[in-house]
This record gives sequence, structure tokens and C-alpha cells, in this order.
Amino acid sequence: MSARFRPGDRVAVRSAYPPGHIRTPHYIRGKTGVIERLCGAFPNPEELAYGRNGLPAQPLYRVRFRQDQVWPGYLGGAGDTIDIEIYEHWLDPA
Amino acid sequence: MRGYHDIGGLPLGEVERSQHDHAFWEKRVDAMLVLLSRKGLITTDELRLGIETLGADAYERLSYYERWIASKSRALVARGVITTDELGRRMAAAARADAA
Repeated sequence: MSARFRPGDRVAVRSAYPPGHIRTPHYIRGKTGVIERLCGAFPNPEELAYGRNGLPAQPLYRVRFRQDQVWPGYLGGAGDTIDIEIYEHWLDPA
Repeated sequence: MRGYHDIGGLPLGEVERSQHDHAFWEKRVDAMLVLLSRKGLITTDELRLGIETLGADAYERLSYYERWIASKSRALVARGVITTDELGRRMAAAARADAA
């Protein structure tokens, strides 16, 4: 498996809104975070949803975002973060 | 477009945290998915796609496991595991048995 990103890389989640089965939450699209780790590679759920095999397996990353950059007017701590697992094809270098 | 199921961050009020028991039929629906998955006849993603395309009205109206049944039935017909005619006949027979 060739992974495009490494831990510490800054990435932007693509602002894309196709129909279908999407595992990238709506609220995180367009936001910028940092690769926390590579989780492995897994068949693409967007393809599995239609009964296809989802291969080649897609790298899946845990991406860390600052909560105050995800939610407008966030009232929690300045250091709060949220980790979301996102497939590589949803990420661009930032 | 934002799916009606993709509600992260929307204001929806208090979260109901109380536990509840599952009815026997709900456990059967759950167990059926495990068996179908093990046999390679359905994936979690097919189940999810079916739930995410029920339509917003049905999604709101149906309970959690009713959504599963609706989605699973569609996926199994799409894959050719069962036919619509088989499903219709078995549902009619079950309804007759319930009424008797």
C-alpha cells in the first residue's frame, strides 16, 4: 500500500457532496486538520455499498482537527480536538 | 447535498440516554445481519446505503430495526438472494398467521 500522507502532514478535507454512501461527515468537509496516524488500508465503503469489492484498498487516516476550527463559536477549551477517520481520496495537501 | 442521516452538529435537543430492552424480533433482525455478513451476502455499507436512501419521511417514521428490515430486503433482492415475489408471498403468509 502506498500512503500519500504521513503523520504530521496538514490536510484539507475535500468539499464534495456526491450522492451515495459517504463516510466523510458533512460537517468536516472543507476543514483543515493534521494526520494523526495511518490506520491501514480498507476496501472503499463507497463501492462496497453497491455490492462491488471496493478494491484496491484505500488508505484510511485518523485526522485531528481543532474543535474551535470545526464549530463556529465553540465554547469549549482552546486545546480541544476531534479525531475523525477519513479515506485518502477525501484529503488534499494543505 | 447533505443526507438526512448525516446530522452531526445540527441542533436536535437533548440526547435520550435511558436504556431500553430490545424486542425478540429486533434481536432476530440483528442476528440475521450477522449471518448474512458472514456468508458474504451483504455488507454493512449496503445496509447503510439502503437506510440512507429510504427517503427522509420513511427514515423518520421507521424505528431503528424497521429501517434495517427495509434496507436488508432491498439489498437481498438486488443481489438475487431472494426475489420480490418470494418476499411478498412470505409476508402475506406471516400476516395470515398473525391474523389467525
